Amino acid sequence: MSNHTILEMRSITKEFPGVKALSEVSMTVKAGEIHAICGENGAGKSTLMKVLSGVYPYGTYSGDIVYQGEVVQFSNIKQSEEAGIVIIHQELALIPELSITENLFLGSEIGKRGVIDWTEAQIRARELLARVGLDEDPDTQIKNLGVGKQQLVEIAKALHKNVKLLILDEPTAALNETDSQHLLSLIVGLKARGVTSIMISHKLNEIEQVADDITIIRDGRTIETLDVHTGVDEDRIIRGMVGRSLESRFPDRTPHIGDVFFEVKNWTVQHPLDSSRLVCKNESFTVRRGEIVGFAGLMGAGRTELAMSLFGRSYGTWLSGQVFKDGREIKVNTVRQAIEAGIGYVSEDRKALGLNLLDSVKRSTVAADLQKISTGGVVDSLKEYDVAEQYRKLLRTKVPTVEEGVSKLSGGNQQKVVLSKWMFTDPDLLILDEPTRGIDVGAKFEIYRIIQQLADQGKGVILISSELPELLGLSDRIYTIFEGAITDEFPVAEATPETLMRSMTSVKKDALI
Amino acid sequence: MNPLRQLFGGRSSSAGQYGMIIALIAIVIIFEAWTHGLTLNPTNVINVFQQYSYILILALGMVMVIIAGHIDLSVGSVAAFVGIIVAQAMSQWHWSWWEAIILGLVVGALVGAWQGFWVAYVRVPAFIVTLAGQLIFRGANQWIGSSTSVSVPSSYQVIGGGFIPDFGPNTGFSNGTLLLGLITVAALIWIEARGRAKRRKMGAEVIPLWVSIVRTGILVAITLFGTYLFAAGSAGTSFPVVAIIAGILTILYGFLTRNTIFGRQVYAVGGNANAAALSGVNIRKVNFFVMANMSVLAAIAGMVYVGYAGASGPADGTGWELDAIAAVFVGGAAVSGGIGTVAGSIVGALVMALLQNGLQLVGAESNLQQIIRGLVLLLAVAFDVYSKTQGRPSLTGRLLRGATGGRGKGNADAPADAVTPPKSIDDQSTVSLP
Repeated sequence: MSNHTILEMRSITKEFPGVKALSEVSMTVKAGEIHAICGENGAGKSTLMKVLSGVYPYGTYSGDIVYQGEVVQFSNIKQSEEAGIVIIHQELALIPELSITENLFLGSEIGKRGVIDWTEAQIRARELLARVGLDEDPDTQIKNLGVGKQQLVEIAKALHKNVKLLILDEPTAALNETDSQHLLSLIVGLKARGVTSIMISHKLNEIEQVADDITIIRDGRTIETLDVHTGVDEDRIIRGMVGRSLESRFPDRTPHIGDVFFEVKNWTVQHPLDSSRLVCKNESFTVRRGEIVGFAGLMGAGRTELAMSLFGRSYGTWLSGQVFKDGREIKVNTVRQAIEAGIGYVSEDRKALGLNLLDSVKRSTVAADLQKISTGGVVDSLKEYDVAEQYRKLLRTKVPTVEEGVSKLSGGNQQKVVLSKWMFTDPDLLILDEPTRGIDVGAKFEIYRIIQQLADQGKGVILISSELPELLGLSDRIYTIFEGAITDEFPVAEATPETLMRSMTSVKKDALI
Repeated sequence: MNPLRQLFGGRSSSAGQYGMIIALIAIVIIFEAWTHGLTLNPTNVINVFQQYSYILILALGMVMVIIAGHIDLSVGSVAAFVGIIVAQAMSQWHWSWWEAIILGLVVGALVGAWQGFWVAYVRVPAFIVTLAGQLIFRGANQWIGSSTSVSVPSSYQVIGGGFIPDFGPNTGFSNGTLLLGLITVAALIWIEARGRAKRRKMGAEVIPLWVSIVRTGILVAITLFGTYLFAAGSAGTSFPVVAIIAGILTILYGFLTRNTIFGRQVYAVGGNANAAALSGVNIRKVNFFVMANMSVLAAIAGMVYVGYAGASGPADGTGWELDAIAAVFVGGAAVSGGIGTVAGSIVGALVMALLQNGLQLVGAESNLQQIIRGLVLLLAVAFDVYSKTQGRPSLTGRLLRGATGGRGKGNADAPADAVTPPKSIDDQSTVSLP
């Protein structure tokens, strides 16, 4: 392997309104290697790659990108692709209704004077598919391919663009074991042909398997670069990623746990479009007053599906199951009924499902329970203002006036507005779905404190999170979910990341499926 | 907030409003000069209100439809359909004028329920439902009326072409209009004072007193000038009945959109339907009522126009949907829904009405009029789209900010996907951990 450097990023700093996503990040990638980037969610990995590929154009960040010995200033993706840098995003950018061939050459069609030469395109498509080991008819529509094969089409597309530096953002996140292995060996194969790859991944075993170097990013800073060949194990990588001690990340709390007041029995829900798939399989669980109940599961395990189907059947088709509150069965067939039954749901997708970004803080705060501040259908603007002010102070939302638009707030403050909205409905059970996603560390701490205060007021809290430290730090009890079924239940004292992970990735022996 | 923004009333989402207030003033001034004072002649002003009140009435419903993220192309046909039924009821079945009006409202509501059903419950896009409605109700109008005009009795014509009655001593002006003007002035002052008191009570930031005074002053001056224009018309004219109808509806719908739960829900559905659904808003119900309401207002517009014209004809209401939709977009509503105000749409409707009237006064041919109206609509929406890609503040907003040395810079280096304006309130300052 040559030690010639293909890419050097020097002191890259990138700020978003309110958040410094990257601060003085530097990394060096050698030509012909596979370079992994590791870091927690929100550490800045994807942002760094977007800077590199011109998604964030030159001028919106500071620092230098040196590519093949020259300082480059990409102002869009087109330019970076011309230079041979191709990024494959987590969300694939293929058009489902078009064929493989059409997708492969989209934007760089084969032909003359605007007329496409389909015969030539077919031949080239077959060549490209052969190079990535995909045995499919080039006329197949993308929507008929599985995610793993779509990923291969993306790589074929990159090869067509004469890729020199391939960036893969979580390439195996949505793939099963066989597809993942195929993809990884393909990347290794490309390396043999001189294609350098940068791979962002959470799967440390895969990184260990294929990467040459690992750069670890934490809180928007480069922590270190490790050479895999000198013997690096997963623990070593984790230490770099986590860095800080976990204890100080969560406020202290002595739980005051009461009786079981909320109970779900045999909850079974079908996928909204695919009736052969169950997203919730016979799930039963309980919540006690004053208790924070964690739900651990990998992406796609059915955590959000469970929460949303409970919250007024907002997701999927309900098949069976009952909900009990204080011993009596309650109806939660519509969102309104769920709210009136004392359930609140803070969605994982703040911008798409949690807020109307055109609204002000004031209007957002009262949006889920307008009745409470209205008489005869007329909103009392005085009460509205008072309520909004009250929650602004209570949650310490940083906003000059409650009449400011929510779109101007940072993630943490937007989340506080969403929390205000649900606290205002005065729920007995609050379901929090990834409440700290995309929020910086300081604001996370405040959100944690709010969650604990809610529990201490005697409310039940369901906490869904992808971050195991968060679940372990906040919950009193943790359920694990795997493929739509609850696989295990742990008091927090007995739970460790390892035991949780085991139950999150396997079926319990006596599970009722 | 800068004083100029405060002057034209508030929320950041109504940023487009200064643009069209300026456009309205510009149109008045241009045509006033061009027609040598004919535009602001009392007779002409009265005529504008009588002739184009349908745009005002339709804009009230259309702004709600557009805020909710839909469109209604059928309003002209629905208006004509209701118009012919009302005219038939009076001329053929000899119903009295008020019975006919009630019938018209009921027919409007039924038509609305029909369109609302398809949009809200079958989820056919409103564009298609109302395109079909445009054909269906135009056809129905011509079928019922056998493609001929049906005239209406003079007792009915008052709602479109009548004036408020005169009384009292002969002052050379219409006393009723003068009284109405004074009541309006008093109401304007009271509303401003009450608004200030309310904000003070809330403990919210109260706008500077001079802004209140200047703003109210401008409105009072406009009202007084308007009163003079309506009162000083030729003998037998005064404030048109149709303007009172439009005025009452404006106040009603302004209140509905701003102050009621239903109004909030319309904005919520248009702004983010998924978030609204997860906040317990019944989206179908909102869509149904928004579409149904539009047809009721189209019915009112149709009935008023029949009164003005004295007859219902087979081509009534042709192209009204363009006027109404254009009025709403000129008035600052967003194509993508969620943004728009009744006040803005009224100003937009006035822009469209004065533009047509002015072009007629200067003798522009109807083909040229259409070209100009089309361009105005295009530019208004282009303006909206442009201001969005530039971040929230509109072009005019930016100019105004620049002029007052405000926070103008910093936008240029914002990333393409970060629509949020440069200055934001955030978590950057360190959090004091307890």
